[in-house]
Amino acid sequence: MTNNRVFDTNVQLEKYKVLKEVIRRAYEGGLEDAYIDIPKIIAPGPKAETRCCVYKERAIIQERVKLAMGGDKDNPNVIEVIDTACDECPIDSIYVTPACRGCLMHSCAEVCPQNAITIVNNKAVINNEKCIECGKCTKACPYSAILALHRPCVQSCKAKAITMNDYGKASIDNEKCIECGACVYKCPFGAISDKSLVLDIIDILKKSDNNKNYRVYAVIAPSIVSQCRFGRVSQVVTAIMKLGFHQVVEVALGADITLYHEANEFKERQLLTTSCCPSFVAYIEKNFPDLAKYISHSVSPMVEVGLLIKRSDPTAKVVFIGPCSSKKKEYKLAKTKGAIDSVMSFEELQAFLDARNIDTTAMDDTELNNASFYGRIFAKSGGIAQGIAEMGAEMGVDNINPVAMNGLDECKMNLLKLRVGKSPYNFFEGMACEGGCLNGPLCITHSPKNIVDVEKYGNEAKEKDIFNSVKLYELKT
Amino acid sequence: MNIKVCVGSSCHLKGSYDVIEVFKEILKKYDVEDLVDLQASFCLGFCSQGVTVKADDLDEPTVKQIGKDELFIHNVNKDNAEELFAKEIYPLLNLK
Repeated sequence: MTNNRVFDTNVQLEKYKVLKEVIRRAYEGGLEDAYIDIPKIIAPGPKAETRCCVYKERAIIQERVKLAMGGDKDNPNVIEVIDTACDECPIDSIYVTPACRGCLMHSCAEVCPQNAITIVNNKAVINNEKCIECGKCTKACPYSAILALHRPCVQSCKAKAITMNDYGKASIDNEKCIECGACVYKCPFGAISDKSLVLDIIDILKKSDNNKNYRVYAVIAPSIVSQCRFGRVSQVVTAIMKLGFHQVVEVALGADITLYHEANEFKERQLLTTSCCPSFVAYIEKNFPDLAKYISHSVSPMVEVGLLIKRSDPTAKVVFIGPCSSKKKEYKLAKTKGAIDSVMSFEELQAFLDARNIDTTAMDDTELNNASFYGRIFAKSGGIAQGIAEMGAEMGVDNINPVAMNGLDECKMNLLKLRVGKSPYNFFEGMACEGGCLNGPLCITHSPKNIVDVEKYGNEAKEKDIFNSVKLYELKT
Repeated sequence: MNIKVCVGSSCHLKGSYDVIEVFKEILKKYDVEDLVDLQASFCLGFCSQGVTVKADDLDEPTVKQIGKDELFIHNVNKDNAEELFAKEIYPLLNLK
């Protein structure tokens, strides 16, 4: 089941190969030689496939091994740049191609607000000192002869945390970075990657001694339904238990409870921004500190479901499995009260299952039925807004006017309006990833079909409202 | 005493949410709310035996009196919950 088509990109595939080999060694031995052996296994040579020579390829894979084993412990950011892999993409961002005909119209020069374009020898020439990279000339040219070349990492980073260092390598400013992981998926060279906690998770599983010393629960994000290229969700659940987990619980159950809290909180505060997406929360804290007072105090669905499990099983360990890089940061924050013990991505799950030779398609079905329709559609942009409006009304909170902000650009626009009092909305659902969690950076696939899967899974929920989930929560008090 | 009602998928379908509601009322009716911590629990591992309720000790030895750490009651539903409570759990609550 490990052909190229499992993943969207070869970058994911290479990361997967490394993870799988590291996980295999954690169980079968040979982890101490991982740095030396794995690069040679994945890039056997003698010919290089993507880089200048096989030695550089191996050096890069060695860095990936390091990330798979936890990465730089001194760097608190879960996202790291692999310097050797960064190809120092061209920095001059507006570029005149040979397609320039040297026409009479010169619409490029006409439209340039900085007069940075002159015509030399019948070709447009850009004065880089004057150019402000507005891109107007690229749109004005009737031959599309002028290109805006942006580094994909810089372009993907809506938090503007990536700059070039003196050597032309990408560099992440931890003060600005919100760990959304967009750059991880977008860098064509795979030079930016998330750290894996998979060895910690294996340690948790091993020390439980088959759930005898304590029980280990896996909590799965609702976006998992779009990730099952092989087998059904109910089979993936069985497969996860085969890895050594005692039980699998839906994070969507926590989402129901979060929805209930947010509706109640709204009743009191009348203006809220959601707290489910840790990158969105960090974006507000770092860029709109004056609006931080509106961030919901409700904990995220991941934390809520972890608390629920630990309430009935106090020695339990809980591992979140999801599409998200910033959950790898969130679980460590003090406000999560230790609800979650570790975080695994969908990419890592795939590597884990394959490393343990677990064939999802051969599994029996284990159905999950706790969460409601609304909890399950949290995975898509607009899911919380849809849920809060309808559940709020049922709970007697009828003046909620929600907006779903899809991706950080929309978040920014709406927050700017809110800041100056020009927003018609009073409930702001924010998701850093465009499309929502179903398009998270650590998803195996980012297909447009994902949203269809999530909606279908929501409709399959036996619970049509959140109140049975809320009953579980109320038992806590 | 802790009373844990299983809300795993199988018990959920067989009505564990109703059982929880009934238990809340029973605890009130018998005036033992202070002695019992009612909880929900994810799968207790008896998926084929109907809704399962587990009781174990809080601070005072309650279940231990019968020589066990945990007491399991199976096939609980909203109609027989009170009867089972009165027979199996209530006598263990050390009422003075």
